[in-house]
Amino acid sequence: MSLDAATVRRIARLARIRVDDNEVETLKSELNAILGYVEQLGEVNVDGVEPLSGGAQMALRQREDFVSDGEIPEQVLANAPDRVGNFFAVPKVVE
Amino acid sequence: MSIFDLTIARASKALKAKEISAVELTTAYNGAVAALNPRLNAYITTTPELALEQAKAADARIAAGEATALTGIPIAMKDLFCTEGVRTTAASKILEPFVPPYESTVSAKLKAAGAVMLGKANLDEFAMGSSNITSGYGPVENPWKRVSDPDAKLVPGGSSGGSAAAVAARLALAATGTDTGGSIRQPASFTGLAGIKPTYGRCSRWGIVAFASSLDQAGPMARNVEDSAILLNAMAGFDEKDSTSAQREVPDFTRALTRGVKGLRIGIPAEYRLEGTNPEILALWEKGITWLREQGAEIVDISLPHTKYGLPVYYIVAPAEASSNLARYDGVRFGKRVDGVDLIDMYERTRAGGFGAEVKRRIMIGTYVLSHGYYDAYYLKAQKVRNLILRDFTNAFAKVDAILTPTAPSAAFGLGEKMDDPVTMYLNDVFTVPASLAGVPAMSIPAGLNAEGLPLGLQVIGKHFDEETVFAVSAAIENAAGFSALPELRAK
Amino acid sequence: MAYTLEGRTGIWEVVVGLEIHAQVISESKLFSGASATYGGAPNAHVSFVDAGFPGMLPVINKECVAQAVRTGLGLKAKINLFSRFDRKNYFYADLPNGYQISQFEHPIVGTGDVEIELQDGTIKHIGITRLHLEQDAGKSMHDQHASKSVIDLNRAGVALMEIVSEPDIRSPEEAGAYLRKIRQIVRYLGTCDGNMEEGSMRADVNVSVRKPGEEFRTRCEIKNVNSVRFVMHAVEAEAMRQIEVWESGGEVVQETRLYDPSKGETRSMRSKEDAHDYRYFPEPDLLPLILEQEFVDRLKAGLPELPDEKRERFCRDYAIPFYDAGVLVADQATADFYETVAKGRDGKLTANWMSGDFFAAMNRTGKSIENPPVSAADLGALLDLITDKTINGRIAKDVFEEMVETGKAPAAIVEEKGLRQVTDTGAIDAAVTKVLADNQDKVAEYKSGKDKLFGFFVGQVMKAMQGKGNPALVNEAVKKQLG
Repeated sequence: MSLDAATVRRIARLARIRVDDNEVETLKSELNAILGYVEQLGEVNVDGVEPLSGGAQMALRQREDFVSDGEIPEQVLANAPDRVGNFFAVPKVVE
Repeated sequence: MSIFDLTIARASKALKAKEISAVELTTAYNGAVAALNPRLNAYITTTPELALEQAKAADARIAAGEATALTGIPIAMKDLFCTEGVRTTAASKILEPFVPPYESTVSAKLKAAGAVMLGKANLDEFAMGSSNITSGYGPVENPWKRVSDPDAKLVPGGSSGGSAAAVAARLALAATGTDTGGSIRQPASFTGLAGIKPTYGRCSRWGIVAFASSLDQAGPMARNVEDSAILLNAMAGFDEKDSTSAQREVPDFTRALTRGVKGLRIGIPAEYRLEGTNPEILALWEKGITWLREQGAEIVDISLPHTKYGLPVYYIVAPAEASSNLARYDGVRFGKRVDGVDLIDMYERTRAGGFGAEVKRRIMIGTYVLSHGYYDAYYLKAQKVRNLILRDFTNAFAKVDAILTPTAPSAAFGLGEKMDDPVTMYLNDVFTVPASLAGVPAMSIPAGLNAEGLPLGLQVIGKHFDEETVFAVSAAIENAAGFSALPELRAK
Repeated sequence: MAYTLEGRTGIWEVVVGLEIHAQVISESKLFSGASATYGGAPNAHVSFVDAGFPGMLPVINKECVAQAVRTGLGLKAKINLFSRFDRKNYFYADLPNGYQISQFEHPIVGTGDVEIELQDGTIKHIGITRLHLEQDAGKSMHDQHASKSVIDLNRAGVALMEIVSEPDIRSPEEAGAYLRKIRQIVRYLGTCDGNMEEGSMRADVNVSVRKPGEEFRTRCEIKNVNSVRFVMHAVEAEAMRQIEVWESGGEVVQETRLYDPSKGETRSMRSKEDAHDYRYFPEPDLLPLILEQEFVDRLKAGLPELPDEKRERFCRDYAIPFYDAGVLVADQATADFYETVAKGRDGKLTANWMSGDFFAAMNRTGKSIENPPVSAADLGALLDLITDKTINGRIAKDVFEEMVETGKAPAAIVEEKGLRQVTDTGAIDAAVTKVLADNQDKVAEYKSGKDKLFGFFVGQVMKAMQGKGNPALVNEAVKKQLG
């Protein structure tokens, strides 16, 4: 499966990373090199094999329902690149 | 003997016996950092004043008879652990201004034990790399030099390159690292250190900047197996804030060091003997086998048939998880923001400006392999093959107690080498990745030097939650190897 | 009769499916310990986990899990003992992690069934496809600042249950009835307060149209409709829009739209491009959710009586009609109030009084069932006075109004105002005699065939007796004296 320039741009858009025109070709060949390398998984027979996720196989631990966190707005906002009062601020969105 | 020659175990004793003070020890290391770090770039952020404060507090604790094995011990903290009030960058420009208002569980445990933090160690950006060259704060120089070309700068390995270089050059007594596909073990091998990636779930991931959630594990990097065990004792343990944290007792790992290997079955996997592997590495592997046999272990040939698929699986799964984990770096709530004409433009410029090339590549690969129409062929398939890799280990561990392999396919290489394409760099992790995918514990110990005088490591892999056997086997190798070489470029 | 819309080319059917997002009632959020309470100063109910800081991890809230199971049981649905969380990846200012933790492939609840009742009395079954747990997003506001949008993450991470219906709905009325039924069920269960104005319950409406007998055509999704009325209007408006598109030779494009109540129409949403590629994959920071059957059984045993069962029981035990029972079980508090009053009394009488004077008084005074215009005890006492004939029905109405006004108990009012019903036949006969004597012309008219005047005589007698005459006895006396 080989990527073309249009796909590279589409992926960049999905990932919200700006890619300039002069970067597309390089990115394309680098990504295709990686994809070419992982293609060899096509050789492996996985009939009847379940996908694995995470090395630990335990059941999900559930916590008790009570308020144990939050009420720290100053700390939450302390690293904000932009804020308006106690809100985070971003360029205006038009819906 | 110089103060820099003290190991954790030795230093701890000396501190208790009041032969030295924590302040003296930290002052010496602060001086070493000031002298050598400008060249080696092992630290992104140094915290000498904070370290001195912590050392003073350590001395008070020692005087009160309340010291632990780590009280007063100066360490380097990989800059992937969020440290409250101290800038944490993950070696990325996008986090340049980020000062966490919280402390990671692992670094908090070390703090509570009285360890002293000298600074935040350099790494590959967001832990993505095997050489530390992807750091947004410059590469790290390996203090080890080739005999034939002592001026050439070598890489310390990665992603925990800064941690490795710091410990090897004695700019720290020990360090924390993280290992996702080999990021503790491979740099340990390149710098002559003992480093262990514990079982997945053994250490908490809370507060560690996430790269690949199903693979990331914190672990120690130290001068020898004993120091690693002392550190792991303090770092490991169940954390209720991490749903993947194992509810398991933490044994005293140092007690495994004297077990010996008599009667243990050690597996030698055929598939790790790759075509074209450096003969020096193969020879060292043979030596390791002999050492263990001589100490009473039984050597068993085993097969881990899906070994060669480890890297392709890793380079689908890890980027996929990373592409999602790094979506939060958007300039909205923390980190660096680049302005844009609208929200989307702001996101795109912020992320393009803040992420380095390798991170961008991996995010894009990850985005692609999860995208509509490709998920089954790539991500789902990779997770199935991952299960087969786990099965390989499960089957092998029915016959053996531990597995011995080389750690890396080469010794430390030169800055600027292996840059032809991304994949060449990825091949550094060929021996370390399978253990990560299976979640089993694995350790690298320095076993010898190559003809160029560079360290080579051997890897010991154990069963889930059986770090004790890993430590026992590693100690046996360490004893036999008698590795005592040191890089010329170091604090003395 | 099936609902259809008339187009230029003939009649069309409407096909609707609803995805309801219901905020779970819990103290803290789904994956963090921050408060899940509505309101609060900006970014107060926010933990580092909710704000998506580096290294933060989710831990699931067991009460949210229980609430989802309870709701599933209330929907008569299959509880999946194995379920899993997945990440739904997209970028938006109110989504701190850049992904929402949701459930895609393996939801906690599977297929179920809900009964709705239509105006004409027909009962219809609407299928439930699934229910899953997911995080709510924060709130972004675009009108607080000239050049910036501002973000409050208080809501980010609050537990939501997404309830997905089968596309079984065929009219705006059915859509409204279904939404009201779901709201009723979750309020009964205490798993969601169903407050659509505050946003604790929202509906995404999927609408398509087709000619009768056809397969399904392309549908559009109308997002975040926040009232039952708007849902019903949106269905109609969107159906009409789509019919127009098809009939003009065009094709309906699958897209996300918003309902604009001021214009009464839907419009396309500008943002959310590539919204369809969410790149779902299993949440690696969580393990699969495994429930014990014993846990589910325990929750089932602890469920309150649900509206449908309660309605049936009211019909049976209190001998009231289906429709009346439906009105009384609309919400749990009203049903409880009714039972308190009806216990040991005439169920039908109680039902009539509640549906009539009591609800009217509640509306008039702006009070609620939790803070009623008249207490259950007092209403019951009033009904007792009617039943034992101390007062008649007419007088009871006046007493009731006085109770609403003054808060006094009925017996006290009756005594104070001397409203006891007169049953003394002597007094009644005397009053009848006087009325007939004063209206001889009318008596003559009555005798010559104007039967309707009977009511006039009864009315005059009651007036003369200040309403206190026992109606049955008055009727008897008038009849007798008229001959």
